[in-house]
Amino acid sequence: MAEIELTPEQIAKLKAATKAQRENLEKLARETKENAEKYACTVFCCNSTSCRSAGGESVLDAFQSAVATNELQDKVRVVKTGCMGLCSAGPLVRVEIKGQKPVMYKKIDAMTARLIVVEHIEKALNEGEAFKLSPTLAEHTLSLDMTFFRKQEKVVLRDMGSYDPESIEQYVSHGGYGAFKKVLDTMTPEEVVAEILKSGLRGRGGAGFPTGKKWEFSLKEDVGEGGEKFFICNGDEGDPGAYMDSCTLEGDPHAVLEGMLIGAYATRSTTGWFYIRAEYPLAVKRIENAIRQAKKFGLLGKNILGSDFNFNVELRLGAGAFVCGEETALMASLEGKRGSPRPRPPYPVKSGLFGKSSCINNVETLANVPKIIEKGGDWFASMGTEKSKGTKVFALTGHIKNGGLVEVPMGTPIREIVEDIGGGTDSGKALKAVQTGGPSGGLIPKDMLDLKVCYDALREVGSIMGSGGMIVLDESDSIVDVATFYLGFTVDESCGKCAPCRIGGYQMLRLLKKVAARKGTKQDIEKIKQIAHTMQKASLCGLGQTAPNPILSSLKFFMNEYEERLLPATKTTSTTTKEQ
Amino acid sequence: MIKAKIDGIEVEAPEGTTILEAAKGVGINIPTLCKHEDLCATAACGICVVKLAGRPSMVRACSTPLDNGMDIITRDPEIVEVRKTVVELILSKHPNECLTCMKSGNCELQKLAADFGIRCEEYDSIVPDLPKDDSTKSIVLDPRKCITCGRCIQVCQEQQNVWALSFLRRGIHTQIAAAGGIPLEESPCVKCGQCAAHCPTGAITEYDDTEKVWAALNDPGKHCVVQIAPAVRVALGEAFGLNPGDITTGKIYAALRRIGFNAVFDTNFSADLTIMEEASEFVSRFTEKTGPLPLITSCCPAWVDFMEKYHSDMIPYFSTCKSPQGMLGALAKTYYAEKVGVDPKDMVVVSVMPCTAKKYEIARSKDMFSSGVQDVDISITTREVSRMLKQAGIDFVNLKEEKADSMLGEYTGAGTIFGYTGGVMEAALRTAYYFVTGEDPKDVNFKSVRGLKGIKEAEIDIKGTKIKVAVAHGTGNVETLVNKIREGIKAGELPYHFVEVMACPGGCIGGGGQPIGVTNKVREERTKGLERDDENKKIRCSHENPEIKAIYKDYLGKPLSEKSHRLLHTHYVPRPKYKR
Repeated sequence: MAEIELTPEQIAKLKAATKAQRENLEKLARETKENAEKYACTVFCCNSTSCRSAGGESVLDAFQSAVATNELQDKVRVVKTGCMGLCSAGPLVRVEIKGQKPVMYKKIDAMTARLIVVEHIEKALNEGEAFKLSPTLAEHTLSLDMTFFRKQEKVVLRDMGSYDPESIEQYVSHGGYGAFKKVLDTMTPEEVVAEILKSGLRGRGGAGFPTGKKWEFSLKEDVGEGGEKFFICNGDEGDPGAYMDSCTLEGDPHAVLEGMLIGAYATRSTTGWFYIRAEYPLAVKRIENAIRQAKKFGLLGKNILGSDFNFNVELRLGAGAFVCGEETALMASLEGKRGSPRPRPPYPVKSGLFGKSSCINNVETLANVPKIIEKGGDWFASMGTEKSKGTKVFALTGHIKNGGLVEVPMGTPIREIVEDIGGGTDSGKALKAVQTGGPSGGLIPKDMLDLKVCYDALREVGSIMGSGGMIVLDESDSIVDVATFYLGFTVDESCGKCAPCRIGGYQMLRLLKKVAARKGTKQDIEKIKQIAHTMQKASLCGLGQTAPNPILSSLKFFMNEYEERLLPATKTTSTTTKEQ
Repeated sequence: MIKAKIDGIEVEAPEGTTILEAAKGVGINIPTLCKHEDLCATAACGICVVKLAGRPSMVRACSTPLDNGMDIITRDPEIVEVRKTVVELILSKHPNECLTCMKSGNCELQKLAADFGIRCEEYDSIVPDLPKDDSTKSIVLDPRKCITCGRCIQVCQEQQNVWALSFLRRGIHTQIAAAGGIPLEESPCVKCGQCAAHCPTGAITEYDDTEKVWAALNDPGKHCVVQIAPAVRVALGEAFGLNPGDITTGKIYAALRRIGFNAVFDTNFSADLTIMEEASEFVSRFTEKTGPLPLITSCCPAWVDFMEKYHSDMIPYFSTCKSPQGMLGALAKTYYAEKVGVDPKDMVVVSVMPCTAKKYEIARSKDMFSSGVQDVDISITTREVSRMLKQAGIDFVNLKEEKADSMLGEYTGAGTIFGYTGGVMEAALRTAYYFVTGEDPKDVNFKSVRGLKGIKEAEIDIKGTKIKVAVAHGTGNVETLVNKIREGIKAGELPYHFVEVMACPGGCIGGGGQPIGVTNKVREERTKGLERDDENKKIRCSHENPEIKAIYKDYLGKPLSEKSHRLLHTHYVPRPKYKR
């Protein structure tokens, strides 16, 4: 659609208006901060999906009503927040009283919440430093000094758990949109790109493509006066067990939006698109809210914050197909078409959504951006390994004592993540392997736990970083079953477009199930390998190319578990027998 | 120009050339299953994989553009192994029914399996039990035989803009069907059969009516007459090893007589008749303003169906003339039946058409029963008649040429060019010129409306009167044309006076019922065949056809007479795209 040409007077008027909005927002943030400081106590209630599913919403309600009943409204502020990390111990609550050490509570229900208000908050406010927690409540506390918290390095998760993700005022009062204002006021797009290049940030969606490079290519695409260029946020996280992106969208939506704004400015994009799967209703709600608030305060639209930068954002919901995380399938889905990948080239930056130049980044990638701008590319590059900079968020799940979202510098040994931060297995049984990268990843056996997490090291052992799923398996887990589960997942999620993935995956799964059912032979294993090789080489997109990874890595490291299930060698050389 | 190496051979090709095309240029045929010359690469099958020296991955030759300095390896043991495995996987999901398949001998998968020397079923057969869809009685979908290459969907959606076919479900369950899984007959399908013409296997074929024809021929109580369409004569020979474009009219007459038809007529005769009616209609609307302009041709049944479903506001502009098939059927059962003294009820009119939609046309409305019974009883395609002749043991190539039967058999050059895009327009212009000026045009070749360009526009000078005409082929080109007409009408400025549309690319010579293997090269050759047929004719204007003169004198009176209207004209109604 042709844009209506504005006169210089109209533009000046618009700029003045958005400038006023900016001042208004800054004023509000100041007030919010001052207001927050009036309270002697703040109760932070985790309201991420994980804690909500454990009863987090009723805990929040209980705190609010108990504060009111006990007439503590003037002293106590209850804030719902994003993820605090230790999801296996949720619902989590943190009580901060001025002059006292913060207390973190685990597995709180509504009754305990009311108890905390009366037995902890009210008393502590009266008694001051002399206050001591009752043994009943002490049982519910978590030490903030525990290795789970201490050994992490939070960049993406930094602000999560300390502000209300539905409040732009609170985000701004924590310095939010400061990085965006910085680029708008003091940096050219080229300078922003240079800063991101300097940081060494690589795509957190799994492939690890250098973000700065991607932006550089996008910036170089001249779409001409009035031409459209798109900036897409890929929120289609779908690996089983991985939920970093959903938590980030839920817990720090403005940070992702700010990252997109900076990216859009750096690439001279005209429209942004959030593609979020519909199974993430809370993430959708919070992003919707963030967009609405950003519009209200002149952070989106024309002449943003009094500048010449125009940018708008659209939100689209994915129907939950795993393959739509693949960028070309995602764009097909955004266009309202069947979510199937298409061959590249042309790459999205040349011809993407609706045939326009498009730059596409993952949620976590974008969440890193404001921090990089804030603290500088050098600061970011000082963390991590030579080729993998910064930190990485992992969803630590499976047979693990302290499960949840953890963020560590790239290059941290897996052992440190699972043993120190995760606290080892939850079953007391010996750890067998760690699975990373979800259905496209592989298994890392226990004797390789000193492997440092980074894109290249993981790839070398046949796994991938992926989006950051990390599942801990103990001695009771069967590797063959795990491999079968993952392949079953990719076979279900194959779009069906290309033959190697569509049929290869299915045939491989049949053979694998046959082996799992103790009916397979050595020839079946050979056939599995043959198909796996073909899928890797001839599948159209990453889904098919990486789908054999869990099988291949398990065959490499745990062949004994397969051999245990094989039929004794027979003389028959016939092809596989028919099975249901 | 791009310079690269393929298997060590230096190649040079213009930018945008794919590896597949470049390789072909130096005598390397990289095997592929999904790529069709008419269509953009979908990269679905995964068979055309090649290597780029120094890179571990493989790329698809069909969709990867040649790039400077590329060192391409198209064949090594690993590549062959991967390709072979893909073919084996595809075969595992394809019924092993070659012997009973209509496409046997013409199947691209069959050829590939033979080329790769596949001698056993490497993987268990996983052919799903899916029903055929023969609801249209024009084309048949057999999803069991579908290899999900996507050609039919590309053809239906992109080339033809019909959007009847779609992929259903995903992964291993992906299948072709009418969108929404409804019977094809209830979908927007216009029965053009382009899907069948492009299907590499037997998954989409024509509805086979040959048994009905044999039954009629074997019934001594039936008087069987047959007509052959213009485009059949330059294509049928291909089924017997002749070249596309070889004119075999006389052999076809002889062959049809041998298999038992009592009279052999030519649709070219009724094409001449169509011109008499349609040119009169045009002149009457143009000079006497008896109806609205532009006049739009109506001899293509897929176009008529498309118009009734998608552009029914164009009904007033449509020529009311029946198609040549319909006109001949009506006259066979009236004029001819009276002359030879046969009860129309005992007569069977069979038409041999390049078209699957003609099967639908013969009963599309009550106007198709103008003789009191169904005017045309059975419509078979070029492919079906070739099978009948083979079954009957006709040595087609060495057959002595014969003549058509009189009354409905004589034709002019104008009649024969109905078979290619622009031909109806050209034929009509020859006669319209005569009707307006009383003399024949000095040059009967209106070359500006010929050729394979999607939309052709021209201005014809009839002794000072300028007639603006447009010709479109492939229903995908219709929308642009129709929109231009709509806008013109709205603005009170007619963009055209006369418009010809044929649903299939190239016109009937590229029809959905023609011998398999159509490409632009084949379309050009068949067109040239008809052009030669036209040039070889002494009489090249319909109004000079002696049998046409006779039928008006003896039977119809004059064009657009009451009798003409009753037998040779029809009506149109808006039809829903979806029946339910």
